[in-house]
Amino acid sequence: MDFIIDASYLAAAILFIIGLKQMSSPVTARRGIVWAGLGMLLATLVTFGTPELLESEHFTVNLSLIIAGIAIGGGYAWVSGKRVAMTDMPQMIAMYNGMGGGAAATIAAVELLKAGEANPGAGAAAYLGVDVAILAILGAVIGTISFSGSIIAWAKLDGRLYLNKIVPGQHIVNALLAIATVVFAILVYFSVDLTTIAIFFALALILGIFITVPVGGADMPVIISLFNALTGLAVGFEGYVLGNAAMIIAGIVVGSAGSLLTHLMAVAMNRSVANVFFAGVGTGPAAAASGEQEMKEIQAQDAGILMAFADQAIIIPGYGMAVAQAQHKIWELVQLLNERGVKVKFAIHPVAGRMPGHMNVLLAEAGVPYDMIYDMEDINADFKNTTVTLIIGANDVVNPSAKTDTSSPLYGMPILDAMDTDNVIVVKRGRGAGFSGVENPLFFADNTKMLFGDGQKAANELIQAVKEL
Amino acid sequence: MIEGLAAIYIFLLAGFTGYEIIARVPVILHTPLMSGSNFVHGIVLVGAMYALGIAETTTEQTIGFLAVLLAAGNAVGGYVVTERMLEMFKSSNKPGKAAGD
Repeated sequence: MDFIIDASYLAAAILFIIGLKQMSSPVTARRGIVWAGLGMLLATLVTFGTPELLESEHFTVNLSLIIAGIAIGGGYAWVSGKRVAMTDMPQMIAMYNGMGGGAAATIAAVELLKAGEANPGAGAAAYLGVDVAILAILGAVIGTISFSGSIIAWAKLDGRLYLNKIVPGQHIVNALLAIATVVFAILVYFSVDLTTIAIFFALALILGIFITVPVGGADMPVIISLFNALTGLAVGFEGYVLGNAAMIIAGIVVGSAGSLLTHLMAVAMNRSVANVFFAGVGTGPAAAASGEQEMKEIQAQDAGILMAFADQAIIIPGYGMAVAQAQHKIWELVQLLNERGVKVKFAIHPVAGRMPGHMNVLLAEAGVPYDMIYDMEDINADFKNTTVTLIIGANDVVNPSAKTDTSSPLYGMPILDAMDTDNVIVVKRGRGAGFSGVENPLFFADNTKMLFGDGQKAANELIQAVKEL
Repeated sequence: MIEGLAAIYIFLLAGFTGYEIIARVPVILHTPLMSGSNFVHGIVLVGAMYALGIAETTTEQTIGFLAVLLAAGNAVGGYVVTERMLEMFKSSNKPGKAAGD
């Protein structure tokens, strides 16, 4: 039986790698998740046959609990995952990721408790061995931080939490908390009693909350990706603790893939990962007000005419398009413009929306072909040859102060050069600042006109305007 | 049990594998891939089942149950969400070709 289980775990790990590999190409991506899913199913099923499980004196109770846990946890996730709107995907991923981190941490908790019961008063190493004890504790810290941090990320993205600061001098408090967590991690290593373990986990939990709260909204994609990588690491470490090859391989693969993805995202924003944590955008002193300038409004009809008679138009979607579910209407508008001979391109900033590729997913949902969608590097030179740029629900990613204003919190972030276009039309719900809380001078520029309203409504009006011509 | 050097080999090779997978991925697939890798670490379910399966005290059973609950959420939720996202990539191919019609 042991051989079958080990072989199945190995097969599962291989299936995960094949699955992830296929997911990295648009053609095979859909098959990829099915392969990975098969791996998960196989691994889960053979686990029921583990000898230690079958021989446990509490076999019936434990088995019932396992089945109940899978039914409740899986059932909740199934329903919520099916129901969630495509626009709310990022926070759901954060939530599921947090659950994984929590699971890794709780596995560590069980192992540490066992160590404490086996040798009261002794250290974790006495029962688990030095290597296992260290990785169990490391996985516990990482998993717990990923758990509480992901929940905060979820709450912030879901609009349930607007807090940016818990205590004055947050960074110092965070540093102290981190030190306290490390101290208790070491204490747990040398003496695993219940109180020490409880304080250790509580500290890690609070640390996760405290480091995530100050993170600015614009940085959320980086944070979710980072927590994803961290959960992978925690799972890999706990896999070593349990001697489970599938967990080690899958966890470490995700850990390294996630770290690279996090790095790529941070680079796209010209920030380091440390910077994201220690200087959340828009959380410092409020961005400077833009003086007495006024935004110039435009009616949908005029905007429609402007676009219909353009040679080339570029559309920059942002989170506002996601919120308004306007992607289908936008695609309809683009098709109308195409019929009139207007060349239309979509420009996607690497961190537009709340996750990398968030906009690509939404445009794909609406049916926009890949070859109309351009990355930042490929399109930035094209803005000056463009008649109209339509910005729909994007803000920080077109903020020119990222280039010009050294005092801006966005300074240094690469942006889409929308301001180089002759005419810029901005579809925006209100006059407020962007998600990062930074004022955008582009909205006050001479070549910019504001089309106020919800993205869906504005797109509808533009379609009407173009149709009427 | 996997120990010592063998474990280090596995850690290293798995690390390289993960790096390779992401290194050549188009931006368009970043979100689905992040979601997919989120699903893959749902394998923690296997460990959670094991931890609960060998639990002896009520405390261990409670914590183990929590582990299974959370891990199942990770695995199932990760799958559903990734599948839904990738579903759209299929439908986007056809209109893409038909765009010239």
